[in-house]
Amino acid sequence: MKLASRDILSLEEMPREDIELILDTAHSMKEIIYRPIKKVPTLRGKTVVTLFYEASTRTRTSFELAAKYMSADTVSIATATSSVQKGETLKDTARTLRVMGSDCVIMRHPVSGSCHFLARVLDIPVINGGDGMHEHPTQGLLDMFTMREKKGRLEGLRVAIIGDIYHSRVARSNIWGLGKMGAKVVVCGPATLLPPEIERMGVQATTRVEEAVEGADVVMVLRLQLERQQRGLFPSSREYSRLWGITRERLNLAKPDALLMHPGPMNRGIEISTEVADSPQSTIEDQVTNGVAVRMAILYLLLGGGEEK
Amino acid sequence: MKLRGKPEPLLIRGGRVIDPAQGIDAELDLLLEDGRVKQLGHGLEPDGARVVEARGLWVVPGLIDMHVHLREPGEEWKEDIASGTRAAAAGGFTTVCAMPNTRPPVDDAPMVNSVLARAAEKAVVHVLPVGAVTRGLEGKELAEMGDMAEAGAVAFSDDGHPIADAEVMRCALEYGRMFGKPIIDHCQDPSLSREAVMHLGYWSTVLGLRGMPAAAEEVMVARDIILSRLTGGKVHIAHASTRGTVELLRQARAEGLPVTAEVTPVHLCLTDALVHEMAYDTRTKVNPPLRSAEDVAALRLALAGGIIGVVATDHAPHHQDDKEVEYNYAAFGISGLETAVPLLITELVHTGIISPEILVERMTAGPARVLSLSAGTLRVGSTADVTLIDPGLEKAVEPERFYSKGKNTPLAGRLLRGWPVLTVVAGHIVMRDGEVLV
Repeated sequence: MKLASRDILSLEEMPREDIELILDTAHSMKEIIYRPIKKVPTLRGKTVVTLFYEASTRTRTSFELAAKYMSADTVSIATATSSVQKGETLKDTARTLRVMGSDCVIMRHPVSGSCHFLARVLDIPVINGGDGMHEHPTQGLLDMFTMREKKGRLEGLRVAIIGDIYHSRVARSNIWGLGKMGAKVVVCGPATLLPPEIERMGVQATTRVEEAVEGADVVMVLRLQLERQQRGLFPSSREYSRLWGITRERLNLAKPDALLMHPGPMNRGIEISTEVADSPQSTIEDQVTNGVAVRMAILYLLLGGGEEK
Repeated sequence: MKLRGKPEPLLIRGGRVIDPAQGIDAELDLLLEDGRVKQLGHGLEPDGARVVEARGLWVVPGLIDMHVHLREPGEEWKEDIASGTRAAAAGGFTTVCAMPNTRPPVDDAPMVNSVLARAAEKAVVHVLPVGAVTRGLEGKELAEMGDMAEAGAVAFSDDGHPIADAEVMRCALEYGRMFGKPIIDHCQDPSLSREAVMHLGYWSTVLGLRGMPAAAEEVMVARDIILSRLTGGKVHIAHASTRGTVELLRQARAEGLPVTAEVTPVHLCLTDALVHEMAYDTRTKVNPPLRSAEDVAALRLALAGGIIGVVATDHAPHHQDDKEVEYNYAAFGISGLETAVPLLITELVHTGIISPEILVERMTAGPARVLSLSAGTLRVGSTADVTLIDPGLEKAVEPERFYSKGKNTPLAGRLLRGWPVLTVVAGHIVMRDGEVLV
């Protein structure tokens, strides 16, 4: 089995069959992570580059471990110490990587659509590790993997996504992915953090957190960027916490076996109370493990491992 | 203008002459002599004039584009007066107004003179300079509008920058009124458009790009209309792009205020969905941004009904390097001179949305009226500026063949029907069959 597309740019563009293939493949990859010796030769001789224009520990480490567990070589470029600081354009950086023989580039970038640009310049697979406010497709896939693992299905689940929807690439990827898999998504946050016409993406939108959480199978809490407060998008983290923070009382409105998810890192006490973050309902640590499995699946499927001999 | 000497007489025979200024739409012959329109009528004899057979073609007054960026002085690698005016000729335009946001900007009489002198050396169509409203385009102190008007500035604008300070705009309108020239405003409230790169709506939500609300334009259009009422000054709204702007213009018109507006071909024909369709291709990035389908529909109606009286391209050529970057970092602008006519004919005329007469009016008599120019007509005695258009000619847009240095167009590869085939400037043939001859 192979993926329909050469690149992983967005879940909006990804066909349902590819999502299923990645999730199924990740299931067998996860087993490798629990082995005492986490090394298979699948991608030996392949070189994977992580090109991060934005700080990230979690995503980059996750991709690097995924590559290493399959014996690929990894090179990481952080722009703070690279020629980007000398004014090199993304196009030139990309060309340099190409002529050095890289097999795949994983990029995080603060500007939406940058991965599409990179994919046009390069003839090797490009994986979007998060582009601006657009998408974070591998996060969406690992979230769906976690939901499916815990709930046994995605079809028919009611998923509430709470927080700064406007700036969230995680929300966009989940909205597209979950919608394709037959889940019902409700998004909720202050009106200033809900983008216009979001309902046209196939979701219900509300500013009332109780309405969003009620009867949910999954409550996904997003990280609040505190600099948004300085831009006047909400008046204070105190008020945000009071009106939209996920507490035990609010989580109790969801189904009794509802999952609590967060892409991390968390602002404890603001968007999520420590009590619920550390509760048995929380899947936050599972999400991290599953992230490695999903990224292994993607690298395997993109870099030739998926070709039948 | 570069064109010198006495042009040979020309008889343009048997074309469909459309001259809205005279109310003419008929098959006629047109005789040009000594750089002027000599005669317009049936069965004219060549009498030694070179004959151009125009059967099946539209013969219209030379098109006027009152909003172009020629980038000279200062950014000649993007465009210069020679390349920009060749692009104009290729696109069927015989007169262009050069916006003042060059480097340095055109904000005093010596700069106006400098543009005119450079144009005299290098231009192949008429170049009319627009002077800045404020010194250095900084929006603070008025530039010497009187001096610039005397030197030949036909209007004033801080284009590229909105005049954000209402008091400055008020003074500009009061002061500018003495010279009878319009103030062309790039209406956009900077606090509402900060960091925005496309239209705020469904597609900006999907793409995760910062959106510019239609209201950013409309609050400033409303302010300008109110200030025009206060001062009696002429306001011309540059590149109107929203349904709300159209409504405001309608009210101003009903009140009889001296408020006019222009719209660009791309805002009449393309929507913000294209940013998604072209997957963040920076050639879709323009300011104001491509708007929603509802906005486009309102702009078309406004153009057809005369609420918007001018089509102008806002020709904004950029170098490849300014566009081959991430979306947020790319320069705003589309190179528009060479695609305006076929795009409008394909999308608006062949589809029956507007008539050929109205399109020609909005590109000739319309801008001439706003700028009080004698151009834009084929009246006997007027300058022999003429454009021939083949409404049936179908060609693909090939930016690599543009005369403009700016190849930045989202229309690359698009098949369009209705191209200009001959451009005559002051009696000289400057373009024939898409080839610029001077």
